[in-house]
Amino acid sequence: MTALLDLKLVFVTGKGGVGKTTVASALALLASQRGKRVLVCEVDAKGDVSGFYEAPPTGFVEKEILPGLFAMTMDTEASLREYLKLHLRIPVVGRIGPLAKAFDFVATAAPGVREILTVGKFCFEVRERNYDLVVVDAPASGHIIGQLAAPQAINDLVKVGLIRSQTDWMLEILSDASQTGLIAVCTPEEMPVNETIELAVRVKQDTTVQLSAVVVNRVLPELFSRQEEVVFDALTTAGPAEDLAELVGGDPGPVLQAARLAVTMRRTRSTHLERLREGIDPTVPLLYLPYLFTRSHGLRTTRQVAASLGEELGY
Amino acid sequence: MAAGRSTQRAGSRMDSPADSPGNGSGSLDGLLAAKEIVIACGPGGVGKTTTAAAAGVMAALRQGGKVLVLTVDPAKRLANALGLEGIGNTESRVPDEAFRSAGLKPRGELWAAMLDTKESWDALIRRHAPDQQTRDQILANPLYKNISGRFVQSHDYIAMERLYEIHSEGKYDLIVVDTPPTRNALDFLDAPQRLADFFSSRLLRWLIVPYRSRLVNVATKPFYQVADRILGTQFLADISEFFVLFQSMYDGFVERAGAVQRLLSDRRTTFMVVSTLEGVPLREAEFFAQELTSRHLHLGAIVLNKVLPAYLQGSAAATVAEAMKDRAEELATSLAPMLGSADITLGDVAQIRRVLTEVADSFLNFRVVALREAEEKSQLGTVPEVLATVPFFDTDIYDLAGLVRLGEQIWD
Repeated sequence: MTALLDLKLVFVTGKGGVGKTTVASALALLASQRGKRVLVCEVDAKGDVSGFYEAPPTGFVEKEILPGLFAMTMDTEASLREYLKLHLRIPVVGRIGPLAKAFDFVATAAPGVREILTVGKFCFEVRERNYDLVVVDAPASGHIIGQLAAPQAINDLVKVGLIRSQTDWMLEILSDASQTGLIAVCTPEEMPVNETIELAVRVKQDTTVQLSAVVVNRVLPELFSRQEEVVFDALTTAGPAEDLAELVGGDPGPVLQAARLAVTMRRTRSTHLERLREGIDPTVPLLYLPYLFTRSHGLRTTRQVAASLGEELGY
Repeated sequence: MAAGRSTQRAGSRMDSPADSPGNGSGSLDGLLAAKEIVIACGPGGVGKTTTAAAAGVMAALRQGGKVLVLTVDPAKRLANALGLEGIGNTESRVPDEAFRSAGLKPRGELWAAMLDTKESWDALIRRHAPDQQTRDQILANPLYKNISGRFVQSHDYIAMERLYEIHSEGKYDLIVVDTPPTRNALDFLDAPQRLADFFSSRLLRWLIVPYRSRLVNVATKPFYQVADRILGTQFLADISEFFVLFQSMYDGFVERAGAVQRLLSDRRTTFMVVSTLEGVPLREAEFFAQELTSRHLHLGAIVLNKVLPAYLQGSAAATVAEAMKDRAEELATSLAPMLGSADITLGDVAQIRRVLTEVADSFLNFRVVALREAEEKSQLGTVPEVLATVPFFDTDIYDLAGLVRLGEQIWD
């Protein structure tokens, strides 16, 4: 399997709330730190990505926000304009008044049009070799299949026409496991793990894209070794706990209780991690990122996550 | 109205100013007693489905009447707990036996149903199609299959449509709805209007103009030319056929969408925004709460899930943790004889020191997060009548007892 950072196009997806944007931002940062020219693109247009780099909001036109790192926000209508201009050389584009409305209408009526303009833009950047790596902060796992399967769906639905003629080269890029990959992000919790296992199955069934890695985010640290946990248990019994209280001159109750909580949380989560490992093809690597005790989202966090990701990838 | 549920408080609610619908001191018990529909919404991954189910379980348990939980995408074990496995679109009653085995005795009945988008769309077509032939043609149309099955916005619309249908049958005292995961939490609010717009748009009329007469009209000619070049004539013809068929149902659809819209703003309907206190989801939830208020929809409750326990915030405990860390060696040496007296292997000073340091570090780490959460909570811009907090449960919730455990946290 091609090393993650040697791919040309990486889609990052995951259930809502698992840290998809964090991972996409960190991956792009890591690649740029390693000397690559990287484009990171947000598809949902919530304006989160720029916040992860402390940069001003991004638009459809790519902007270099850190050395070698470019960012943009997907805008399907702008993508359509660019597409018409670049590929079809339709001279009337500027003069079509209700293009936006017409586009909205057609996109609503014909599912796949919006998706293909999105995927098409990325494939175009790859084909033109404008960047070493394009990282896509893709839609949540419920929607990513529709997006990745769009070129095929269009192929099935639209028999002729200029859109049809464009899908072949896109499919070629998407199907090439040495160029394109999908990263599924999840947390060690029940629903995210279920969804990731389901996603892996559907990616294989419904798309031509390869699942390149599963990133497990917010993994809690292992507090104790087995023997240390026995010591901890002894420490929380009445006698030693009272001794400790006397020695430190205060109630250690909450501190010990917090450690108990951390241990239980970690334990519940590790059962989900085991399920994940069993449910995912063993050739797909699992990358673990630690729980960050900050929960802020800024360049500082992005750098920390990029560093952890780099370690997991063996850099 | 079945026994145990009261509508007494229904009238007094809308009086508070629009920008702050309440002060957070009300109870979910009171709110639900006055409403017939509760719509749970909010960002993804915050426990929306579980919270909605817990609210429904509590209402059936404590208030009585017939309560329906209409859910979208429950975890498998939760679906099992609600008896939803393999049932899908039809409502089914959670057997009393399930409550009894959890040591519970409900005053009312708990019903549950899962939303099946495709099936609901088909039912809608069957209802509105003018004749059997149109119905069959639509159901067989590849574009229809695409729209009903894959089109993301169709989930939003159909969830609200299904709610309307169930509510107008008048079989339940309370319906708790979980909203589908959307790209934008607001999508489902706009869905009925968007659908109505869609069917009444000028572009739709352009598309269903017979093909030959299209190129005659000077104003619309460029549109067809471009559309033809991009999509291909055949596909455009497919679209046209689909919409010609659909137009026969236009009036029924638009009327229905209007009724769904009215139901959302009805005074018997309230919204429960679910979030965690993490930065990104909370921003989204706050935006949503503001948006509901500005649309004059009833924001009844904000439920904050997975909140770390309050004992993590204590400054006295933090001092203790600091001491445990700074004086770990000394403390370990003092504690070793006592710990070692029971079992000699526990008396290793280096090991005790590591445990003390780990424990203290862990506390201080979690404290940072707990303090941040408390700060986020105190800065909430929009506070409705009910502001409830659910602590971080160290195990997953997957049965009735678990739902009640969660429900009790937000109930009174």
